[in-house]
Amino acid sequence: MSKQFRVLIAKPGLDGHDRGAKVVARALRDAGMEVIYTGLRQTPEMIVEAALQEDVDAVGLSILSGAHMTLVPRVLEGLREAGLEDVKVFVGGIIPDEDAEALKEMGVVEIFGPGTSTQTIVEAFHRHLAGG
Amino acid sequence: MDLVEKALAGDRRALARLLSLVEDDSPQAQEALAVLHPHTGRAHIVGVTGAPGTGKSTLVNELAKRLRARGTTVGIVAVDPTSPFTGGAILGDRVRMRDLAGDPGIFIRSMATRGSLGGLARATGDAVKVLDAVGFQTILVETVGVGQAEVDVARTAHTVVVVEAPGLGDDVQALKAGLLEIADILVVNKADRPGAGQTALALEATLGLGWNNSNAADGWRPPILKTVALDGTGVEAVVEAIDAHRAFLQQSGLWVQKEQERVRADLMQALHREMLDRLIEQVGEAEIDRWVGRIVAREVDVYTAVESLLERPE
Repeated sequence: MSKQFRVLIAKPGLDGHDRGAKVVARALRDAGMEVIYTGLRQTPEMIVEAALQEDVDAVGLSILSGAHMTLVPRVLEGLREAGLEDVKVFVGGIIPDEDAEALKEMGVVEIFGPGTSTQTIVEAFHRHLAGG
Repeated sequence: MDLVEKALAGDRRALARLLSLVEDDSPQAQEALAVLHPHTGRAHIVGVTGAPGTGKSTLVNELAKRLRARGTTVGIVAVDPTSPFTGGAILGDRVRMRDLAGDPGIFIRSMATRGSLGGLARATGDAVKVLDAVGFQTILVETVGVGQAEVDVARTAHTVVVVEAPGLGDDVQALKAGLLEIADILVVNKADRPGAGQTALALEATLGLGWNNSNAADGWRPPILKTVALDGTGVEAVVEAIDAHRAFLQQSGLWVQKEQERVRADLMQALHREMLDRLIEQVGEAEIDRWVGRIVAREVDVYTAVESLLERPE
């Protein structure tokens, strides 16, 4: 068997819409990954701490509140400070194109907008994780 | 073993990496565990088990908060099931453990069962050893939501808390063998719901019967405690019962006896795996497949095949 990938799916910020995060968690599970699901209203600090304790390969952030330009950089920075710069960060949610560009420059590997199929998401996770 | 030294010095990233090595059954894990072994044996290992939805994670969260309030450091290993079809898993116990974030005296690790059927993962025992070695004083081991017979936690933990909830079955359920027999402490959670009193009474009656014969030699009668883990009602009494059980084990000499039983089970399991691995390596998968074919074709039976496989010359 190949390496068992571990992924953290988290919802930072205050919006309560976790359907998307749950669907993605389930899709990744069905793709054979171990998905640590942390639930709603996570602070960037909580997400970094969970990523460290669970020794995950990737973090998926679901943000529908519009606060992505504040929350995502704080997660990225926290991961770097914790020595977790090799953890791949994915973002899903309603992210305008110019913000998406900026977030990718900061180190987010992939951004999924509304209507992205779970198939696309699973493939992207596989591609980035297998690439090391 | 740089990683081990770092983890022993309190580096949490190194600790997390060590736990992954143990989980992935990597060759480095064996070396690490060998170095860590002299540091183990200090923690009080407390198992928390029960049916799905009885409130195990919520109770673990509340127990950890109270243990922390008095200065005890807490390691948590929370196990959830692996899908038998895809090998994937959703590990969701952290959802109920939000209160514990940001506390350096706590370390939470989620584990998937990866095919093990006894309520824990194969590597859970080794993960507990790692947390014990780096100095966590109490280690809470939360099993998957179990049925009636997943009792592996009894071999891993010093103290087993079985969590029940009202409305899960009549008093015949309480009479059955298995889960209830491994309880050192029984918790009826969701005690604000109708039927909690009845559940407690049914457990009390069953325990009364059992205690008169099998468990009497131990001298420990499992207390039945009602809690509402969601708001913390009654949880302090569970912490006190956990303390009391530890004191009881130590005073009665059962602590040492349990340790010996645990090590024996551990040794047997390791021997079992190692011997099987070596045998398969020696005879080869193809040979195993050949015997499977012969058994399916009704040429030989399983036991004859085993005899032949074990008698092969080196």
